[in-house]
Amino acid sequence: MRTTHRELTGWGRTAPSTATVHDVSADELAPEIIQRLVTPRGIIARGLGRAYGDSAQNAGGAVLRLGPGPIHLDAAAGTVRVGAGVSLDELLRHVVPRGFFVPVSPGTRFVTVGGAVASDIHGKNHHVDGSFGAHVEAFTLLTADGDQRVVTPQADPDLWWATIGGMGLTGVITEAIVRLLAIETSRCIVDTERVPNLDSLLERMESGDHRYRYSVAWVDLVASGSNLGRAVLTRGDHATSAELAEYDADGAADPLAFAPPSLAKVPQGLPNLLSRPAVRAFNELWYRKAQREHRSIESITGFFHPLDMIGDWNRLYGRPGFLQYQFVVPFQAVDTLRSIVATVADSGHASFLAVLKRFGAESGGMLSFPTPGWTLTLDLPAAAPGLGELLADLDRRVLAVGGRHYLAKDATTTPEVIRAGYPRLDEFLQVRRRVDPHGWWVSDQARRLDLL
Amino acid sequence: MNNAVAQPQTVVVLGGASDIGQAIVAELVSPALRTVVLAVRRPETLDAAALAFGDAEIVVVPFDAEAPSTHADVIDGIVDRVGDLDVVVQAFGQLGAPGLSDPVDAAMLAEVNYVGAVSSGLAVAEQLRRQGHGTLVVLSSVAGVRTRASNFVYGSTKAGQDGFATGLGHSLAGTGARVMTVRPGFVRSSMTAGMSEAPFSVDPTDVAAAVAGGLRRHRSVVWVPGILRVVMGLLRFAPDAVWRRLDR
Repeated sequence: MRTTHRELTGWGRTAPSTATVHDVSADELAPEIIQRLVTPRGIIARGLGRAYGDSAQNAGGAVLRLGPGPIHLDAAAGTVRVGAGVSLDELLRHVVPRGFFVPVSPGTRFVTVGGAVASDIHGKNHHVDGSFGAHVEAFTLLTADGDQRVVTPQADPDLWWATIGGMGLTGVITEAIVRLLAIETSRCIVDTERVPNLDSLLERMESGDHRYRYSVAWVDLVASGSNLGRAVLTRGDHATSAELAEYDADGAADPLAFAPPSLAKVPQGLPNLLSRPAVRAFNELWYRKAQREHRSIESITGFFHPLDMIGDWNRLYGRPGFLQYQFVVPFQAVDTLRSIVATVADSGHASFLAVLKRFGAESGGMLSFPTPGWTLTLDLPAAAPGLGELLADLDRRVLAVGGRHYLAKDATTTPEVIRAGYPRLDEFLQVRRRVDPHGWWVSDQARRLDLL
Repeated sequence: MNNAVAQPQTVVVLGGASDIGQAIVAELVSPALRTVVLAVRRPETLDAAALAFGDAEIVVVPFDAEAPSTHADVIDGIVDRVGDLDVVVQAFGQLGAPGLSDPVDAAMLAEVNYVGAVSSGLAVAEQLRRQGHGTLVVLSSVAGVRTRASNFVYGSTKAGQDGFATGLGHSLAGTGARVMTVRPGFVRSSMTAGMSEAPFSVDPTDVAAAVAGGLRRHRSVVWVPGILRVVMGLLRFAPDAVWRRLDR
């Protein structure tokens, strides 16, 4: 175990705080370790620090980082038993060559399995497959009473659904059994469409998403007027062996090849390079380069994790950092979605490419974010004057139609906003009090949002 | 906790009756703000009912800058009552009489502006270090950057306070606690009422806006107006004769 005292932030590099950080390897995990490490200001698990806000930091308290653990693939059952500190990167490098893919992949491979469960992450296939938690059969949880227990939805449904999406506030997830997706190749067949405005984008997604396992739209939130909401819609699925042979005869020799490239690393100490003119220029270029309609074959990295090719890309926003604002509104609240897109486009804030997606059914997690509807995600430089006011205004509009905000992204909402968006919050707090009567699991976000 | 756009939940103003201190709180009002603590010398003279900072609860506590031995207890008492301190503004201070030359009066001014700043600053720093986050905002002055004949006692107290604040900031590096030193020029406030304005004069609201901007950008020093950084950067090296002529 290595212990350091250092400043932590989320991926957005905002709101830093200092904690005593314990790097614990998988074989050092023992039930009594929490009793040893907990502080008067509590303790929280941290994965790879990819939550954007303050969910995996604990000012003045302790932070536990779990190292990589074992990966046991059961190819016959199509499941993997994996340590919670294992990243999806490591997991994919192990299972893709053996013909499997993770059931849900976010926009980066650099999240841990524990973080994926605790945030109940979603990917481009949510409208078909649901969130990560829907594919977990069991997990092991280190709880505040010093117990290390295997939890299943049958044995303890309350603890299960409080922990899936529970942001680590019920204990440390140490291991999970995850159902994988069998794949024939490591490539994807992708249909790309350039869509001139928001209304036609919504129409195309509504009418066509069900034909694809994966669907996401990248929306230009700087363009306004008749270009408002113009987008590039990419939808696809894993390529079959036959498709790979048709589209990439050379690649068919090694159908399960997986070697994610790393093209560049952003150096430290840059100013914010993503100013509005820069973002406008980039968005314009990116929109024009997309073809009107096009079918292509892409690698896993190219389709799922393009930003992973640029190391430390969060440094592009300079020292004040950035935030990612993600909300979901019900399908019928199209007017609210449209008004938010227009407000952001006209606001003068520089939102880099935004992401629009349709969510399918809920997983059942008490604090799980995905619920049927439209989810929009935008990146914004944090230091911009007036940003707090803009987001407070968006918060009100999202809540007015029964929407909610994603805790793994949240960095600016209030206890009131979260309470209004999550009707099962009290149920969650009850379970938390049962398994953590002394309130040991504490994060800055939990303090800020009264999740304690 | 501060959120990602540097909106605090709890703000404490030491010298809570100060125009600039209250203007800073008003600027920090947001849906996130819940508690404002005004620490003042004479709570009975502060009409808290006449004040409003969004929906935040206003708590008034006694605080005497001239009583350093009480400062740690005052801060601990505030923490017991409201929890973590996200932003603490050191806003107390006096200007002193024009042409101040009485040794005892001068010492009293130093007692408030410098000694009080040191003891309360250290008490706040200890709490911020313990909680692992939070910012101490110190209202310094350009008068301390290069002292002038017309108000050198005041200037020297501000020079001391400024040096203390920037050094404290360095000592806190890595602890999660921060210090932001604010150097305004002439501020039109009740403290300067009746005085003739210097060039680059500002209002308390200008100082407040600069403080909020500095918090968002994680700055360690803020000049108000910003141009004073350049002006004072040059004037620091002006020959003595020129410096005296500028001090009318």
